[in-house]
Formats: sequence, structure tokens, C-alpha cells
Amino acid sequence: MSWFDYATMREIWWLLLGVLLIGFAVMDGFDLGAAILHPFVGRTDMERRITINTVGPVWEGNQVWFILGGGAIFAAWPLLYATAFSGFYLAMILVLFAMILRPVGFKYRSKMPGARWRGIWDWLLFVGGFVPALIFGVAMGNALLGVPFRFDDTLRMYYEGSFFGLLRPFPILCGLVSVAMLTMHGGTWLAMKAAEPVAGRARKIGVGAALAMVALFALGGLWVARLDGYQILGNFAHDLDSNPLGKHVAMVPGAWLLNDQAYPWMLAAPVLGIAGALLAALGLAAKRDGLAFVASAAAVFGVISTAGLSLFPFLLPSSLDPNSSLTVWDASSSHLTLLIMLIATVLLLPVVLAYTAWVYRVMRGRVTAEQIDSNQSSY
Amino acid sequence: MFPDQLVELSRLQFALTAMYHFLFVPLTLGLSILLAIMETVYVMTGRPIWREMTKYWGTLFGINFALGVATGLTMEFQFGTNWAYYSHYVGDIFGVPLAIEGLMAFFLEATLVGLFFFGWDRLSKVKHLAVTWAVGIATNLSALWILIANGWMQNPVGAVFNPRSMRMELSSFGDVLFNPVAQAKFVHTVSAGYVTGSMFVMAISAYFMLRGRNREFARRSMTVAASFGLLASLSVVVLGDESGYTAGQNQKMKIAAIEAMWETEPAPASFTLFGLPDMKTETTHAAVEVPYLLGLIATRSFDTKVPGIKPLVAVNQDRIKSGMIAYGALETLRQHPANTAASATLNAHIDDLGYGLLLKRYTAKVVDATPAQIAQAAQDTVPNVPALFWAFRFMVALGFFFILFFGMAFYQASTHMLSRSPRWFMRLALFALPLPWISSELGWFVAENGRQPWTIDGILPTFLSTSSISLGDISISLIGFVLFYTALAVVELYLMVKYVRLGPDNMAAGSRSMS
Repeated sequence: MSWFDYATMREIWWLLLGVLLIGFAVMDGFDLGAAILHPFVGRTDMERRITINTVGPVWEGNQVWFILGGGAIFAAWPLLYATAFSGFYLAMILVLFAMILRPVGFKYRSKMPGARWRGIWDWLLFVGGFVPALIFGVAMGNALLGVPFRFDDTLRMYYEGSFFGLLRPFPILCGLVSVAMLTMHGGTWLAMKAAEPVAGRARKIGVGAALAMVALFALGGLWVARLDGYQILGNFAHDLDSNPLGKHVAMVPGAWLLNDQAYPWMLAAPVLGIAGALLAALGLAAKRDGLAFVASAAAVFGVISTAGLSLFPFLLPSSLDPNSSLTVWDASSSHLTLLIMLIATVLLLPVVLAYTAWVYRVMRGRVTAEQIDSNQSSY
Repeated sequence: MFPDQLVELSRLQFALTAMYHFLFVPLTLGLSILLAIMETVYVMTGRPIWREMTKYWGTLFGINFALGVATGLTMEFQFGTNWAYYSHYVGDIFGVPLAIEGLMAFFLEATLVGLFFFGWDRLSKVKHLAVTWAVGIATNLSALWILIANGWMQNPVGAVFNPRSMRMELSSFGDVLFNPVAQAKFVHTVSAGYVTGSMFVMAISAYFMLRGRNREFARRSMTVAASFGLLASLSVVVLGDESGYTAGQNQKMKIAAIEAMWETEPAPASFTLFGLPDMKTETTHAAVEVPYLLGLIATRSFDTKVPGIKPLVAVNQDRIKSGMIAYGALETLRQHPANTAASATLNAHIDDLGYGLLLKRYTAKVVDATPAQIAQAAQDTVPNVPALFWAFRFMVALGFFFILFFGMAFYQASTHMLSRSPRWFMRLALFALPLPWISSELGWFVAENGRQPWTIDGILPTFLSTSSISLGDISISLIGFVLFYTALAVVELYLMVKYVRLGPDNMAAGSRSMS
């Protein structure tokens, strides 16, 4: 085994997929959360503008985490991209509309003075935050249950489910975990960046969301233990050309816990999810807002890692034809593409993080009513 | 197996959302550089009016930028949602420039654009200027990567078919990166964006001039836009020729269709200025021709022939037959992966595999196609000739109009006559506002419709590229897009008009809190 052989590159790209999804959930997650909280933490027009202007200078950059996540899945896991996006068709279109509505809402709401105009945008912003948060969780829940798709021998994917078929009890629970998690995360952001009384209200709701997330996440853990998971049978080479039809897969009760049993260190992920959320709640209650935000980000990291590690090596199991399931070793791009993408990422991602950090430093401090009134560009 | 309606609706949705997205992109490309130029003058001269100009045009830029970012999301998503087989078949190559675009360019422009608006009081003059330039450069870099992706669809280099993974895989990243079609398209497209940005500034400044408001502001803005616009319109036409040249090398059918050139003519071929192409009889009625011109544009020589449509169809018919052999070998290889004879046959005919796939429209097995089906599939390789012929001519005519218009504007600017410019010229500037958008959309129509019946030229037919979704699903999303996008367009236009009318003199009044 060498560092750059095909199997290792696939595993590296599985890790990078995790990094990008967590990056998205941490960075874009707080403005999704802020949009969910928006109608509840601001009562006057100025209070609502404060919420929007905490996110105003940074939402465009955050949105790129979403775009980059999509682009990286396209380039590194083309079969996953094709299967998940076309399989979850209507859900994806809904996410898309919501992800368009939210930035437009930030930008356009305060461009007109009318109370009705602004009132409508306030609720559209809520929808633009809530819907993607819910659907991302529901999609993850469906991945854990398995999704009804199969391939023909030209690797054309056929999906035999429906939009409402996605709304099964377990995925809905996962959707609620996701909503609670991002509400908590948005709450810690507003606690840190908004002036009073917005920050105070965000702390209260944030504590509630963090505790709700802990309870729902724990419930999800108990439920997963009773689910049928998926397991690859027999020997399976990790460095062949990508074709998901060359392996045997069985559904096995409790299989999603096998990784945790084999590698107990993996339990650090759910522990981090719960401990991070509890610390975020404590931080909010004690008005240690910076600490609460970091703890909340750690919780997001823990929760997403928990799901990813249980699924490994599966990316998207098929309930219709388990042998068609997509795994790390048979759904990736070619060796050369993975290598070039790795080089690009290693060179460019640190630069991205550096100038992103600089922008947050320039924009540091709480957003106040006086600032908003004095800047023509305010939203 | 592949219902025609699904293919047609998927194409319609892609065309609508792409053309909608491209209402915002060219203005972003052009205005971002114009803002950087204006702010540079401000930093160098210290005159506040240039800062005011940067801020005012920046506000209009911002209204446009938000929808550009938001609708760009649809473009990326749609490959997965509606073109799943395409994503599987070429994602290994096509996904790479898209992902690098995000990392290298889009991240930079989107992260820093917030500082452009919110950083005026938090950054030094020079730092803010650096931010503005970074946004402008990153925006253009973004276009480069997207056009590398699109250029690969037109001229798919640096990739090979892998029968085990049933898809195209990258063989040379350098070839994809330095694809000559991508380079020509990039320069042509960003130049079109600069023309759009310049025309936008010209038209709105002309509005102020006609109203007698903000005259100094408008005159300075026009001076910048006239100079930049003249350079850009020269570049867009000259380097449009460059993309005609490369199309001549790789997409002979596209250029033959644009010219409605049914037969191969003796070199150098003439250019048809006007005519009525007829798909049924395969002739062009009432043609008015300019001798030699097409041969010069397409081959850069006097003695190389430009092939016509009918001979190209005959060539394609042979390639389809060769593609049937490739497909047969691929089928054998799927059953018996170790069969070396099949592997050798596939390799010998691999370049024509895509032509074999054209038969899937008529027979699922491909290898049992009748001569009539082969002839039909070969005929399918002819795109819509009259539409391409006319779209191309309108686009080129607009290109020459832009040179003339910006030439006149530049002359007036350099002789200090803009402030005394006749009212008819100002009216012309105002009413010319939509023209760059029309020519950009026509250009994309020629590029993309001219590539039909392929999504990847010669490799993957469009009708095979779709997702296997239901007609109900695609109908819901299509109706959703039409309603949602129309509502957004109404809001966007309303806000744009409102802020244009407010003008730089009343800017602060616009966004004030409710009292």
C-alpha cells in the first residue's frame, strides 16, 4: 500500500467529502439557522435587520460551501451525484428553490420600505432556512435506511420510489435532528454577533434547540441499533475500476453499529455531538457566546461524522438491489481525477480558509442599529 | 425506452434556466471590472465623485450579483437531477473544472464581495481597492473554468472510454485545460460580458443626461464605459472569428449548418450573407453570397475545403456503422471481460462508439439496426439549420453595431463632446440597452443548439444523457421554475428600475428603515 494508490485515494476522498459537508454545515449552517430564527428573535423592523446584517457580508461565501460540496461530489463521486440528485428529484428541487430564496431574501428584503413587503420576506427567509435543514436530515435518514434504486448493465440508474416515500418515520426524526442542530448553531451565531435584544432571545431559543438536539440525536442512536444495516459479503478488491455491480451486499440487523464495535474510537463522534451541544447550551446560558459557537460547531462535526462513520464504506445503500449500493471503493472517479482533485484541494483550500478568516476578522464585532443606519449598503 | 417528451422537457428546462442564468452573468463579468477601474481612478486621484460612482454602480451590481449566484446553483444541480446519465458518463472529466472553479474562483469572489459592500469604513482605501480587483478577477477566472467545462463538451479531448466502468475517464488534464476551443470561448464570452457592462453604464448614464440629472457623474461614467466598450466590442468580434476557426476544426457540422452549406464548395468557400435555408429540400433559397469569406474564416487558408452538410452526413453514416462494431464488441466484453479479440475490436472502433449510440433511439440492441435506421440516425446529426443560420447572423450584426456605437461614443469622449452630445445619440444609448443580452443569448443558442444531437460532441447523444425520472416530476419542476423565476425577475427588475431612478443623488433614501 502506498499513500497514492487507488484504494487510499478513494479513502482520502471519503474523508474530504466529510470535510466539505461539515464545512458546509458549519459555515452555511449558521445562516440557515439564523434564517430559521429570524421571525422569532426580532420583533421590530430594526431588530430583524440586525439578524440579516449579521449574515449580510458573509452569506455569499458561505453559499459556496454548498456549491463546492456539489462540485466535489460531481468530480470525485459521479455515481453518487447522479443517483442521489436524480433519485431524490423533487426534494432536491425544493432544496434548490429554498437555497435561491434565502440569499435573495437577505438581499432584497430591506430594499423597499413597505411593512407588507418586509413581512412577506421575513417568512420566506424562515422557509428558506427551515426547508433545506429538514431535507438534508431526511436525506441522511433515507441513506441509513437504504434507497430504492438499481442500475442496468450500462450503469443507467432507475429509481423506484416517490417523494412521499422519503417521509418515513426514521428519516423524519433525522430531519428534526438536523433542524434542531442548525437552529442551535444559528442561535450561537446570533448570540455572538447581534446586539441586544436579538442576542438575548437567540440565547434562549438556542439553549432549547441544543437540548432538543441532544434528545432527538440520542433517540436516533437507539433507533439505528434496531435498523437493518448493510454489509459487504466476501472479498472485495478496493482498487478496481469503479462499477457498483461487482459485489455482494446483504441487509443485516444492527449492521450500522458494526464499525463502532470494531473500532471503539469511533464512538468519539457521537460523544462529541452530545457533549458539544451540551457545552453550547451551557455557554449560551452563561453568555460565553464565542465558546458556545465553537462548541456548537464541534457538535455539528460530531453529528455528521457519526452518520458518515456508521455508513462506511457505504455512500448510499440500495434497498431495492443491495448489490447496486454505492461504496467508497466502487463509485469514485478514476485514479487520475482523484489525484488532480486532491492536488487542487491541498493547494487551494488553505488559501480559501485564510481569506475567509480575514473577512470575518474585518467584520468582527456585534451588529448594532447605529451601524445599520450609517451604512448605505446595509440590508 | 427513452420517452422523447422526457428528453424534450429536460432540454427545455435546461435551456430556460441556462438562458435565465446568463441574464445576470455577463453584467457581473463586465461591471465587476468597470467597478475596479472606477475605484482605481478614485484611489489615484482622490476625487470623491469616483468613489460615489463606484458605490452607485456597485449597488446595481449587487442587485444583479445576488441572482447570478442564486441561479448558478440551478446550473450545477441540474446535471445531477436531470442529466444523471451524463453525470455518470463524463463526470470524471466534466466535474473537475466545475469543482476547481468553486475552489479557485467562486470562493474568492463570493467571500470578498461582502467586503466590497460592507468594508468601505473598515478597510484602508488601497485594501478596499484590492478587494474590488480580486472580485473582478475572480469573476473572470470563474468564467474561465466554466468555459473549460463547456469547451470540453464541444471538443472532448484528453479522455478515454473505460469499458469496465462504462464511462469516459480523464487521460490528460493538460489537454482539457489547454483545449483551444475553451480558450477561444473564454475570451469571446468575457468580452461579451464587458460589452454588456459597458452598455449598461452607457444606457443608464444616458438616462441621467436626458433628464439633466447627475451630469458630471454620467459624463465620467460614459467616458470609462465608452473606452472599455470599444475595446471589448472589437475583441468580441475578432475573437468570435477565432471561435469560428476552432469550430471549423472540431465541429464541421456546426459551421456547415450555420452557413446552410449543403454541399462542399470549391475552396475558398463563400459566405452566405442572406438566404432561406430549407431543411426538407436541403437547399438555400434566395442566397446572397460573399465569395471566399467563409473559407478564410473557417480554415485560414485559400485551398482547404470546408465540407458541406450532405457529405458530412455521408461520413457520419460510415461512422455509425463503425460505431455498431464498437458497440457489439463492448457487449461481448461485458459478458466475457477477458475476451482479447473483442477488446482489440473495441479499441479499433472506439472513436465511433458514440455514433453507434445514436442508434439507441431506434433499436435498443444497436447491432441489429437496419440500413434505414442507420440512414435516419445519420440524418439526425444535422442540427436545426434555419435557426442556426439566422441566430448567427443576428448575433454578428449586433457585434458590428456595438463596434460602431462604442466607436462613436469613444470619439465623443476623447474630444470632450459627451456633455454636448446630441439627444438622438443619448436616446440610442438608452434604447440599445437590451441588445448585448440578446446577442449573448443568441451566441449560446448557436453554440449549444449547433452541437445537437450531442451533449458531448461525437461521444454522448443528448437523448441518452437524461435522468430516468417521470414525466410528472419533470413537469412539476419545469412549472415551478417558470413561476419562481418569473416572480424573481419581476422583483429584480422592479428594484433595478427603482434604484436607477433614485440615482446617485438620492441613494441613501432607498434602503432606510421603516419609520
